[in-house]
Amino acid sequence: MSILLNEDFTFIVQGITGREAVNLTKECLDYGSKVVGGVTPGRKGRDVHGVPVFDTVEQAVANHGSQIDGSVVTVPPAFTKDAVFEAIENGIKLIVIVTERIPRRDVAQMVELANLRGARIIGPNCLGIIAPGVGKMGGIGGPAKDAAKAYEPGSIGVMSRSGGMTTEISSTLTAAGLGVSTAVSIGGDAIIGSTYAELMPLFEADEQTEAIVIYTEPGGRMEAELVDWREENDAKLPIIAFMAGKFMDDEEMQGMSFGHAGTIVEGAEDSATQKIARLEEAGIPVVERIDEIPGAVKDKLGAKV
Amino acid sequence: MAAEQLEGIFIDVEVSDEVANNAELASKLEEVCPVDIYADDGGKVKIVRENLDECVLCNLCVEAAPPGGAVVKKLYDGTELRR
Amino acid sequence: MRFYEFESRRIVERAGIPVTEYGFCKTAAEAKAAAEKIGGPTVIKSQVLTGGRMKAGGVKFADTPEEAEGHAEEILKLEIGGHMPVGVLVDPKAEVEQEYYAAVLWDGRAKRPMMLFSDMGGIDIEEVAEKHPDHVGRGHLSNLHPIPDFRAKEVVAAAGGLTGRELTRATPVLARLAGLQRDYDMTLAEINPLARLSDGSFVALDAHMEMEDEAVGRHQKMLKEIGVELEEPRELYEPSDFERNVKAIDEADHRGVIQGKDHGFTGNLGLVIGAGGGSLTLTDAVRSQGGKPANYAEIGGNPSVAKSCGLAKEVLQKDGVEKIAVMMSIVSNTRVDIVARGVIKACLELDKDPAETIAVFRIPGAWEEEGAKILGKYGIEFRDRSTSMWEAAGEAVERIQGAAA
Repeated sequence: MSILLNEDFTFIVQGITGREAVNLTKECLDYGSKVVGGVTPGRKGRDVHGVPVFDTVEQAVANHGSQIDGSVVTVPPAFTKDAVFEAIENGIKLIVIVTERIPRRDVAQMVELANLRGARIIGPNCLGIIAPGVGKMGGIGGPAKDAAKAYEPGSIGVMSRSGGMTTEISSTLTAAGLGVSTAVSIGGDAIIGSTYAELMPLFEADEQTEAIVIYTEPGGRMEAELVDWREENDAKLPIIAFMAGKFMDDEEMQGMSFGHAGTIVEGAEDSATQKIARLEEAGIPVVERIDEIPGAVKDKLGAKV
Repeated sequence: MAAEQLEGIFIDVEVSDEVANNAELASKLEEVCPVDIYADDGGKVKIVRENLDECVLCNLCVEAAPPGGAVVKKLYDGTELRR
Repeated sequence: MRFYEFESRRIVERAGIPVTEYGFCKTAAEAKAAAEKIGGPTVIKSQVLTGGRMKAGGVKFADTPEEAEGHAEEILKLEIGGHMPVGVLVDPKAEVEQEYYAAVLWDGRAKRPMMLFSDMGGIDIEEVAEKHPDHVGRGHLSNLHPIPDFRAKEVVAAAGGLTGRELTRATPVLARLAGLQRDYDMTLAEINPLARLSDGSFVALDAHMEMEDEAVGRHQKMLKEIGVELEEPRELYEPSDFERNVKAIDEADHRGVIQGKDHGFTGNLGLVIGAGGGSLTLTDAVRSQGGKPANYAEIGGNPSVAKSCGLAKEVLQKDGVEKIAVMMSIVSNTRVDIVARGVIKACLELDKDPAETIAVFRIPGAWEEEGAKILGKYGIEFRDRSTSMWEAAGEAVERIQGAAA
């Protein structure tokens, strides 16, 4: 099937009249997604590629005549929190936040409100979600033709902290005949709406998905969380990982602002080498090259048979 | 020693004399080009050579001018955008 | 954004947390005056952003104002970790009965701020947490609700069983620290040690604050009030000419984004790469195959020819760079043909042969056919997605090493 999106999924674009939003709206429409409205305060009455623009999410929902499922938010950082709160409080359950450089406090507040209301956030600082042949939410994969080239429907779920690498990995899987069930660009910030572990239950419940590929980088503790989740749950899906940024472990690189200083909360924060060891110990192979991913996936799938 | 800043090595544009001296078109071309290749120089079309290589092949100038009035030349493969 | 210790003191003081009668001094004479005002033994501390002050001789004790003046004179001239101090902090040497640890920082996994308190302060908290876990209290805070004092009280009470006046006096300090962490978007708000003096009062002997860069813009007023100069950079190391030049090119043109770093890179292969994740992956791929990058870079969004050219020129002009590898993960937003124009132009403007200088060009994606045409005209083979990122990096390494051989 796919996770998060389905053929009937409807969504709006908040900040739709902005340059990036105008582009991604067209891309999503061309891909066949149901973009049913846009919101930019003060611009009610306009349309973007035929999509009606409203001042409020409430108006967009009223115009649609029934609950709208999702929203892609491209509103600038100073206003993102308010836009996301507005979406959540108008019953929207899946919110993709494209915007980057949002202060952490705002992100944490959005995530907490989403949890309280049973909504889910993907991002921020992400390119969105694509379920090949079903729908696309965000700029992921680019124009419809390019997205179709890189993302063939298939059985592999992809989760990536880097938007661009989501497409590179998916293209590699497509070229190898494996295809993608759903690809999620989860975002590059310190606090994000949905981590690997938080999305795993959805992939586990999806009949179409047979294996998972994750792209990760140094910084944060998402790998430890994923390993813990698998231990505590009935995890069936094999996972293959790729880690970028190993060069940052080198001593000469210390002091470059890539990650954050280790804190007691995060423990002596895992270096790339430590993360790789932790994943491998937990039965998640970490390949050295992107082009090794399909082979590693096939090994795992073959082993199941 | 090569020039510090090379101009128009990938793209060149040519406007016909009628277009060049048409105040309305001069204004229109300046308006439509997203990378400021065309400037309205007192009612005449001026080509801003330092921006030529920024051309994004959007075709808006070709469409704004009468057929053949504005031609975009891709110097790297000898083809043109014209109507 | 890192703060100097004296700035952190000002921040906690404003939040209602008791501090010492400290003085921030820019000259030895000022230090003497501050020591006289304090009227007793003092500690003179270098104000630099780097750590290891004690070891480097940047922290000294003085019994008299004259000694304080002398120490200040020396410390003001002492470079620590490549940085010169912006001044010295003159602190009264406190009569400490006990030292505690208090901090509020982000728990990324819980997605909430977490308060930390220990009755074993002054030393490495990570060691304390490991060896004496029952002396460390922790508690998370909601992001949405107001910060209740009782949460701070619970955390303090869990630290070695604190009770009595210790508990009632430490609680407001932690609660105010939590308020300040939230109000000012601190990624780290730490007081170590928080001291209990002989009269039972609590005072922050040292404070360490870090504000999230993304939030600096919304705290201009507070920053101005505590005397922070916003234009001065607060990196731990000095940006190189390369880094500064690339930044200037990026800021002058809003089309697309470029970034360049070379701290710790000393190779001969210039990297003109993107995007974020792609750059990390490609840098690894080059090094794993024996290549020696001269720099790191990130190309993002949809840069103009000028911006792509600017980055490539800066890379090519670095000492020791012989060739550049132009590589990206599959691009949707960046135009391959525009980047192609940019890097070729960079070579030509520097009087270099593009075919010789560009060791590999691997950018699949938007406008790739057009890009291939341009590259072909200049004798450069276009590598599309059928060449993996690893293979492209390998090709660049082979070419540059082959050229050297």
